[in-house]
Amino acid sequence: MSNVPAAARQDAATPIVIVGHVDHGKSTLIGRLLHDTDNLPEGRVAQIVESSKKRGLKVEWSFLLDSLQIERDQGVTVDSTRIPFRLGDREFVIVDAPGHRQFLRNMITGAADAEAAVLVVDAAEGAQEQTRRHAMLLRLIGIRHVIVLMNKVDLLDYDPARIAETERAVAALLKQLDIEVSLFVPASAREGDNIASRSPHMGWYQGPTLTEALALVPAPSGRADLPLRLPVQDVYRFDTKRVVVGRIERGRVKVGDSLVIGTHGTVARVASIESWHTAPQISAVAGQSVAITLEPDVIPDRGDLLHQPGETPIRAARIRSRLFWLRQEPLRVGESFRLRLGTAEHQVTVASIDSVVRLDDLTEHPADHVPPEGFAEITLAASESILFDAFAPGTTDGRGVLVDRHQRIVGGAPLIGPAAIASGTKAIHPTDSTVSLWDRAQARGHRGGVFWMTGLPGAGKSTLARAAESRLFTQGIDVSVLDGDTLRAGLCADLGFSEEDRTENVRRAAAVARILAETGQVVLVALISPRAADRDLARQIVGDGFQEIFVDADQTVCEARDPKGLYAAARAGRISGFTGIDAPYEAPANPDLRLATGQDSVQDAAGRLASHITGAVVLGDQSRQRS
Amino acid sequence: MDDLDQLEAQSIYILREAYRNLKPLAMLWSLGKDSNVMLWLARKAFLGRVPFPVMHVDTGKKFPEMYRFRDEYVRKWNLDLLLGDCPPVEEIDPTLPPAARSAARKTAGLAAMIEKYSLEGVIAGIRRDEQATRAKERVFSPRGSSHKWDVRNQPPEFWDQYATPHEEGVHIRVHPLLSWREIDIWRYIEREGIPLVDLYFSKNGLRYRSLGDQDITSPIESDAATVAEVIAELRTSRTSERAGRAMDHESEDAFERLRVAGYL
Repeated sequence: MSNVPAAARQDAATPIVIVGHVDHGKSTLIGRLLHDTDNLPEGRVAQIVESSKKRGLKVEWSFLLDSLQIERDQGVTVDSTRIPFRLGDREFVIVDAPGHRQFLRNMITGAADAEAAVLVVDAAEGAQEQTRRHAMLLRLIGIRHVIVLMNKVDLLDYDPARIAETERAVAALLKQLDIEVSLFVPASAREGDNIASRSPHMGWYQGPTLTEALALVPAPSGRADLPLRLPVQDVYRFDTKRVVVGRIERGRVKVGDSLVIGTHGTVARVASIESWHTAPQISAVAGQSVAITLEPDVIPDRGDLLHQPGETPIRAARIRSRLFWLRQEPLRVGESFRLRLGTAEHQVTVASIDSVVRLDDLTEHPADHVPPEGFAEITLAASESILFDAFAPGTTDGRGVLVDRHQRIVGGAPLIGPAAIASGTKAIHPTDSTVSLWDRAQARGHRGGVFWMTGLPGAGKSTLARAAESRLFTQGIDVSVLDGDTLRAGLCADLGFSEEDRTENVRRAAAVARILAETGQVVLVALISPRAADRDLARQIVGDGFQEIFVDADQTVCEARDPKGLYAAARAGRISGFTGIDAPYEAPANPDLRLATGQDSVQDAAGRLASHITGAVVLGDQSRQRS
Repeated sequence: MDDLDQLEAQSIYILREAYRNLKPLAMLWSLGKDSNVMLWLARKAFLGRVPFPVMHVDTGKKFPEMYRFRDEYVRKWNLDLLLGDCPPVEEIDPTLPPAARSAARKTAGLAAMIEKYSLEGVIAGIRRDEQATRAKERVFSPRGSSHKWDVRNQPPEFWDQYATPHEEGVHIRVHPLLSWREIDIWRYIEREGIPLVDLYFSKNGLRYRSLGDQDITSPIESDAATVAEVIAELRTSRTSERAGRAMDHESEDAFERLRVAGYL
């Protein structure tokens, strides 16, 4: 074991996130801050000057951060980045978060663990959409210390009256969100006013400069004095010992403590705290990753929350939660997700959307969906009871993420507390499969998918679908065909051929196709679906794995074939609204595959379709081996 | 807990997440200071063991001291070592500048090993403060089937909830040292007494601050001959760590191109 002298103790760096509307000057501020506080490595200044010159600009401080080629050329910060930064004896980490709306997920990636925030507001422009959005996010992730930097005051000739006017508006906005603003600092990042040194132009401002304000941010408060919460991360069996590992999120644990194990409620005693290359440990506190042995030797599961008797967390199967929604499509009631909460995972369904934040004034309103990148309060229903604590600023638990069936993180959910049991007709409780799409795909050797075959009547959709079905089936692919006539004979028997009914016909076909595809099947839908808007609807309903196949044949060819005698009937006026005769067909502009059935034989076209489908759904050897 | 305790606890948490969720998993061991710290942290996480193989993607051009170090510690630390070699430079994209082209051999060697062992997780010792492009990384960074890093389309990562493999051919690069800085690495080496190749310490007024292939890495002028002296030197140094790495400086985007293509 080592005998080196103990290094000087040092506090962990304080993470500070810098947010604000695009072009309000975040990157410039960071460049200026690092330069004026002497925190730039040698060569960086020269590099920035060089880069700026190359692009015909004056010294552009933002280039410091926009260090990726793609960003420099677009002039937009793409991802968040972290820069260590020292003020006197204190270490900070600056998190730069982009202002561009579609990059919310990058911003949350950077901002989620910050201790304090600097909200940069253009003093002339005032709060803009992203100012409000970012402020909302600061509230949801529980950042308590917010410094508002009123930037670009040089452009207002340092006029106190005009600066105060914007300040009042921003203050009112933040008050609505219960955000306590520590300070408003009037400043110019470009000119260096009130950043690291006092501005000579604003004698009327007596408050701290930005660096003085940062030095006043309190150090993170300890979580060690709260009741113990130790979520189980894993259980190892090394030699003859069984070791339970995890990170203490709240409180402390000592050898000899009695712990309750998750929802089982079994009680065990901490027999030892195990470690390697440290002094023997008899206690540990919040923030530490520990390994313990239990007596009796019970085996908890990953996700079980260990706590002390009498200090039980909330236990509920319906939970009220705040939400920031990261998916590009809206969220609707009834959708199911995995809620990852610490190391635990629970299957949950969105039971209700209780309110949605309107972003132009940050007020809450009832709504039936959460828009892309929106903020809301929702109720989640789980199939079993969940143990949790309500999220509170300064804690690291009580907040989960929603994960969709493609394993993507689509939302952040700081939990509020248990929800009342809903009643009435609107309360829905759909159940969702716990088998993931990927598990299914690995078991079958292929993914599910929907191949939407559109074309004129008589173009050969059903014929090709059936021919491809039989080829795919012999290759071991689980395949089915949804054919327009078959659907209309049963599921859609109540529908006619009006525009509304055609849309409904498409909606039902797409909904059924989605269910089948989610069980892992390959679904061929053979449906005229003449309107592009209807096919877009189908694509939206099905989501990933949707492909549009254009079965393309001239109308004269189709009419000559007329396998069902329908063209003749339409020409004779016995049926109306017939696609190609007296109803329009909108051919797809960019189909995923085009099959020209006027020229190719059925065998050729079906072969092409089948190989296109296998190319899209069949897994490579590597994945199958792993399954 | 001081700052090193916090960094250590976070890295242990990350390593345990990787071990739990990614199978098969391996750790890259370049024999440099960062990967030695990473290996040390793995032994902390798994109570003295390293429960997965360590991989050395050998360019064949490392310093002899590094090969000796490797063989010594494979024995001492009871490591399961996987060795892989790299294709000759002639097979690498000729449009890259010379040093970057040489470094890209390692990307190809790594890709071959990931394929050979069907790895789902690869633990690598990169840090945000090393290089601006690395500052953009995620702790769990998914790589598509061509091993490319999709900078514009990285998954959200917050509250210690990490990406999982979600598709065929996707593997995850795990970066347990992402939040560490160069000086933290050295202070931890000092605190824990972690062994290092002695090329890091001054001989005749020169030492290596960062170790790569012999032909594309150069030493810096320094009299720092002990860990404590290196720490003292870093506290006043204003040059960047990778200043001695030729491939970083050939053109503005050389390193980014390497990384997008799968380099560490």
